[in-house]
Amino acid sequence: MIPSPTGQAVGFALAEGKVILTGALRIDTVTDLTGAWDPATPSGLRAIDISDVTQVDTAGAWFLIDQQRQADRGGITLNIIGASEAQAQLIQTVRANMPTEDALQHPPVSVSDRLEAFGRKVVRATKVSVELTSFLGQVIATMAGIVIRPRRLRLTSLVHHCQDVGVSAIPIVALMAFLIGVVLAFQGAAQLRQFGAEVFVVDLIAISILRELGILLTAIIVAGRSGSAFTAAIGSMKMREEIDAMRTLGLDPVTILVVPRVLALIVMLPALGFIANISGLIGGALMSWIELGVSPAVFQTRLVSNTDVWHFSVGMIKAPFFALIIGIIGCYKGMIVGGNAESLGRMTSASVVLSIFLVIVLDALFSIFFAVVGV
Amino acid sequence: MPEIGENIIKVRGLVTRFGSHTVHDGLDLDVRRGEIIGVVGGSGTGKSVLLRAIVGLLKPNAGQIEVFGQSVRDTSAEEYRKLRRRWGVMFQDGALFSSLTVRQNVEAPMREQLDLPPRLQELLAGIKVRMVGLPDNAMTKYPSELSGGMRKRAGFARAIALDPEIVFLDEPTAGLDPIGAAAFDILIKQLQAALGLTVFFVTHDLDSLHANCDRIAVLADKKVLAVGTMNEMLEVDHPWVHEYFHGPRARAAIASAETQGAL
Repeated sequence: MIPSPTGQAVGFALAEGKVILTGALRIDTVTDLTGAWDPATPSGLRAIDISDVTQVDTAGAWFLIDQQRQADRGGITLNIIGASEAQAQLIQTVRANMPTEDALQHPPVSVSDRLEAFGRKVVRATKVSVELTSFLGQVIATMAGIVIRPRRLRLTSLVHHCQDVGVSAIPIVALMAFLIGVVLAFQGAAQLRQFGAEVFVVDLIAISILRELGILLTAIIVAGRSGSAFTAAIGSMKMREEIDAMRTLGLDPVTILVVPRVLALIVMLPALGFIANISGLIGGALMSWIELGVSPAVFQTRLVSNTDVWHFSVGMIKAPFFALIIGIIGCYKGMIVGGNAESLGRMTSASVVLSIFLVIVLDALFSIFFAVVGV
Repeated sequence: MPEIGENIIKVRGLVTRFGSHTVHDGLDLDVRRGEIIGVVGGSGTGKSVLLRAIVGLLKPNAGQIEVFGQSVRDTSAEEYRKLRRRWGVMFQDGALFSSLTVRQNVEAPMREQLDLPPRLQELLAGIKVRMVGLPDNAMTKYPSELSGGMRKRAGFARAIALDPEIVFLDEPTAGLDPIGAAAFDILIKQLQAALGLTVFFVTHDLDSLHANCDRIAVLADKKVLAVGTMNEMLEVDHPWVHEYFHGPRARAAIASAETQGAL
């Protein structure tokens, strides 16, 4: 016997033709009675006496009803006797609410279900890419409208977002790039020393940072930092119906919310990328000096004479495109947030994942493009 | 209906503050076994705060709260765990776990507190889901797929999953249409009778008060200003209470309650 939290337990005694139950017939005690006797055996069992039972809850009522049903299958009518008025009422209520067998069946997952789920995902992905493209078009059209009528640009908002996504991000971006420069110099040195080609570490650092890493890692940090913030800010406005309120007041959410954010990113990401480049080179130079004895003067000379300015330009050309991707996805995901907080959270993380993914895809496309045009 | 018995909730001298804002200042309240007590009060009078303090979600600044003769705060974790099993709470809008289906939500307290065979758990959850008037096919649905009224019902089913002795309901009819709200009132009454529950509910809904309550507690001036039956409330001579129970909405609710009583 396991005592219930109220300190009661259930017990039973078999008497002629009936089972006499005592104690508390509760959710935590009914399992003690499972298999204690077989209600279907025609051993003369005709009744369950619960007049000595102190407490019956839903589970207890179910147990009694279940005993009756089992007995019924064996062709025996089992009576429940000695129930108080309240207990009888509870048993009645439970009997009326017994779930059907069908309701308890777990629907099996078949191959066609999986196929259907897969199909739905494909369709949804297609729909999202179509919507995303149309949103991009809408934003570009609005921006073109602003070029024609510059007074429609929300200057205060633009400056605010420039501060938010650009200036505030300088420390983290600079530190990240500095450390990447240090790592590149350190790892590069270990390999190049084997060939006595230590001095080429300058080319390694310059090309990899200027061309790829500086801007790519900046974009990833900005996507995590600002893309998610865009989704969260716009998404929570969407949740509180602020966007709908804007529309009813004749204000265009794209002009007011999206364009300043996207423009701020387009302006600030190249600037951040530039800072990352400088900071990465400084980190690399410092480590080259410490590890390989390449003095800053030598580093500078080699950097200026050996590194084509195109490496720098390639990196900078990519920046506004990355910015556009991060901004558009951040805002789009915010605009499709549904009515609940769960969807806000899901969209925020989806926004970061998608924008980082697309930034890397675009980077790969740029690599191919620049290789074909030969710079 | 179960007999109205001894006091099972006893609040004495409760003081709660948020920063410099005092919500309750020396609040006393008794709840008796087997009754349905409705707590009313203007917005910001701390109705939900009182509920949260009683179930131990919120630490009051002073005062004593006893449930079943046991202090809710000054007790061991083990004692509190035992105590907690004897009540169920339904939050506004259900507060269902969004990652679980309705049935899993109802099973959650059973799974945490007891060691039942899965089949029995499912069966009992099925009974509870039906008891609150949800269709069988709601069991496999997620909370986001349900309407507001169904979510409240599912939240109620979870609150009574372990057959508690007291259920706390936070605005059970808020945000429901009149038909849904009336149906919920009936549901509370039915289950209270069938399961022998003591119901403590916070509400703004005058119809709901009329339909359900044995007693009403009015929160105002940081205290329980008056406790009593509906008729006693009508006699109370406090401006806010008078306004509340004699306003146009209250008159309409009383009138409709009387017509229903006559039928």
